[in-house]
Amino acid sequence: MATFKDFRNSVKPNWCPGCGDFSVQAAIQRAAANVGYEPSELAIISGIGCSGRISGYINSYGFHGIHGRALPIAQGLKMANKDLKVIASGGDGDGFAIGMGHTIHAIRRNIDITYVVMDNQIYGLTKGQTSPRSAAGFITKSTPGGAIEPSLKPLEVALTAGATFVAQGFSTDIKELTAMIEAGLNHKGFSFINVFSPCVTYNKVNTYDWFKENLTKLADIEGYDSSNREMAMQTVMRHEGLVTGVIYQDTETTSYQDKIKGYSELPLTDIDISLSEDQFDQLIKEFM
Amino acid sequence: MLHQLSWKVGGQQGEGIESTGEIFSMAMNRLGYFLYGYRHFSSRIKGGHTNNKITVRPTEVRAIADDLDILVAFDQETIDVNYKELTPGSIILADAKFNPTNPEDCVAPLYAVPFTEIAAELGTSLMKNMVAIGATAALLNLDEAVFQSVVDEIFGRKGEEVVAKNIEAIERGRQAITEQIGDRVGTWEIAPADGKRRMFMIGNDAAALGALAAGSRFMAAYPITPASEIMEYMIKKLPLVGGAVIQTEDEIAAATMAIGANYGGVRAFTASAGPGLSLMMEAIGLSGMTEQPLVIFDTQRGGPSTGLPTKQEQSDLMAMLYGTHGEIPKVVIAPSTMEEAFYDTIQAFNIAEELQLPVIVMTDLQLALGKQSVEPFDYSKIEIRRGKIVDSVEDEETKEYFKRYEVTEDGVSPRVFPGLKGGIHHVTGVEHDETGKPSEAPGNRRNQMDKRMRKLQQVRFENPVYVNAPHEDADVLLVGFNSTRGALEEVQENLNAEGVKVNHAHIKLIHPFPSEEMSALMDQAKKVIVVENNATGQLANVMKMNIGGHAKTKSILKYDGTPFLPRELTNLVKEEI
Repeated sequence: MATFKDFRNSVKPNWCPGCGDFSVQAAIQRAAANVGYEPSELAIISGIGCSGRISGYINSYGFHGIHGRALPIAQGLKMANKDLKVIASGGDGDGFAIGMGHTIHAIRRNIDITYVVMDNQIYGLTKGQTSPRSAAGFITKSTPGGAIEPSLKPLEVALTAGATFVAQGFSTDIKELTAMIEAGLNHKGFSFINVFSPCVTYNKVNTYDWFKENLTKLADIEGYDSSNREMAMQTVMRHEGLVTGVIYQDTETTSYQDKIKGYSELPLTDIDISLSEDQFDQLIKEFM
Repeated sequence: MLHQLSWKVGGQQGEGIESTGEIFSMAMNRLGYFLYGYRHFSSRIKGGHTNNKITVRPTEVRAIADDLDILVAFDQETIDVNYKELTPGSIILADAKFNPTNPEDCVAPLYAVPFTEIAAELGTSLMKNMVAIGATAALLNLDEAVFQSVVDEIFGRKGEEVVAKNIEAIERGRQAITEQIGDRVGTWEIAPADGKRRMFMIGNDAAALGALAAGSRFMAAYPITPASEIMEYMIKKLPLVGGAVIQTEDEIAAATMAIGANYGGVRAFTASAGPGLSLMMEAIGLSGMTEQPLVIFDTQRGGPSTGLPTKQEQSDLMAMLYGTHGEIPKVVIAPSTMEEAFYDTIQAFNIAEELQLPVIVMTDLQLALGKQSVEPFDYSKIEIRRGKIVDSVEDEETKEYFKRYEVTEDGVSPRVFPGLKGGIHHVTGVEHDETGKPSEAPGNRRNQMDKRMRKLQQVRFENPVYVNAPHEDADVLLVGFNSTRGALEEVQENLNAEGVKVNHAHIKLIHPFPSEEMSALMDQAKKVIVVENNATGQLANVMKMNIGGHAKTKSILKYDGTPFLPRELTNLVKEEI
């Protein structure tokens, strides 16, 4: 059985020292090993931005696509080969700005893949512009007078869009993060995991210390029930989104692929794709 | 007896005009006639003038007729909009319900027939279309038995009574017109057909069937006119072979999802029209850069922007060739007939996988939605070729990344699918080395760019140009692409009969451009006339860019949303000669 070391490759990440993304990478590698995947049966599909590079840093199949489109590529891949384990990943700009349409629809479509967002509330790779996750008043190169727009609330959006799995982690707590990615990988449906992954270069507000001070673990809230969507929404709102843990999981709803009528039991990659002569003749006759 | 009949039914959108045309067509098709049906419609659900013009011949029909023999009108607008197509031998059958008036300068007589009243007497005014078909049948001297099988098929599941009522409606329509015109009944009888059954389909059906036969088992698409029928056909048929369709949130998702599925190892595609194609441009670049196969249909319609969404145009050509930023190898195919829409689609999927690049199959609204008689496609001609797929790696435990982008002589690298042990590699739209890891080194960049571009030299496309060039020393070479084929064939026939030496070339492979074939044809002609449904002569410009011949190349352009008609085009060509 593969260990987390088998998910390491020889590529040295080009992230800044201290970047939160290192821990997310480690957590994905550990979680993949813990749930028993082999590197060759895992594919990581990522977007564009610092965090988008993650697909190149893990020893598995990896596809670094175009900005904001990791989710449709990942869903297409999973549709082609449902035996494959698919993780989509990217930053908050990728998933909540340019790719927000895909994020909402991937959530409601509920194909069985895991989406890990590395949320640093800033555009890092383009050197420090505001993100939809930046707080109002946040000063960046593109918002010198402070951001006017309010910050997007991804957890509330996900819950509203009909998510069957919503979690949020913090990159310094690898243990908790690994456990929630494992839970996401084991979830039968779309698992949405937002991870606070601080940018040490461009975000001097939402720092490691800031998160330590402001985050609440759901595990510490007495009586928290992650199967209760209403409680999930209330708790997230009460804490202004600053919670970590598995926020909501619906284990009843079946995944998209299990609902498609006529969809092959075998992965599409394994079926004979030629039509028989009888099948073809039948199709021709329908036009006559 | 007529050797061609041109029949049109018109009315308000949503009142059964389409089904009237459909029932008439089905019956004529079953008698073995060749048909070409073309709908005029608007971008709204109900209301607005719509018509369905059907050209019928006992022999192959390749183009929409210029004139009309019979116009069936369910409202005054149908008469006002279409009467100029009528000739002195034509006739208008109008529903008496709207008190039709014939324009003063109309050359054809108008007969008011109580279509709606008769239908209402039989129980429902919805059957007015069947009454109109009955009146048509009388003019054509058709036995109503012809319609029995069609009515059985359409209304059979609604019960015997409904079938009987519809047959009665046809009979009543026949009686009604016979009472009015007496002996002239049967004047429009068409020479008998061979009685052979043929397919009757739209280009989108042929393309979708081609995709299914080519082994495509996943489609991702977003609804758009005039491409949606491709998706709708796949939604009906893919479940029968284990596949699936996802209607995506937009065309960007459609194209990238199809790329993801191709990466996974399934033949996947999408279909759209101009506005969707614009949204897919970045994805097309990703497919080219990451060497993931991708087949895209672009059913061209009137542009720019929302343009003329339900009208004919051929103005996406340059966008298809050059819309993506940067430089990628890409293949653009332009079928011009139903047969080509089917067989070329299979070629498109083969080329996309063999060369690991995007292939755009472009059609146009007239080809996509025009409904034609087609001889059944040939199963034995379906061949699936998937190219350099590696399904096992010797050292499964290797820690080395697989050389998915290995620099090879033909530019095509071995391809593995995720899941294969020992096949791990990286895929990225960033410039990359042979294992897919990002690399910006100048030498690597040149090697990878050259390797990708070399693939274009490997494109093997059967008959890249349809050629009918009987003259060594032609007065004129007519050139077109997509649906203008039939009209151009008729123009060639007409002018050859008048002693003008006309050759005809219809370009099916737009990119890489068949310069050799076209250059030879251009040398054989004094003049080259490129016929296109756009305002800037896009194909002519592509020809000039690839071959030259600026001095002798002329354009005939039409961009008013309507297709070229044979006689109209013959006259336009004459003016240029």
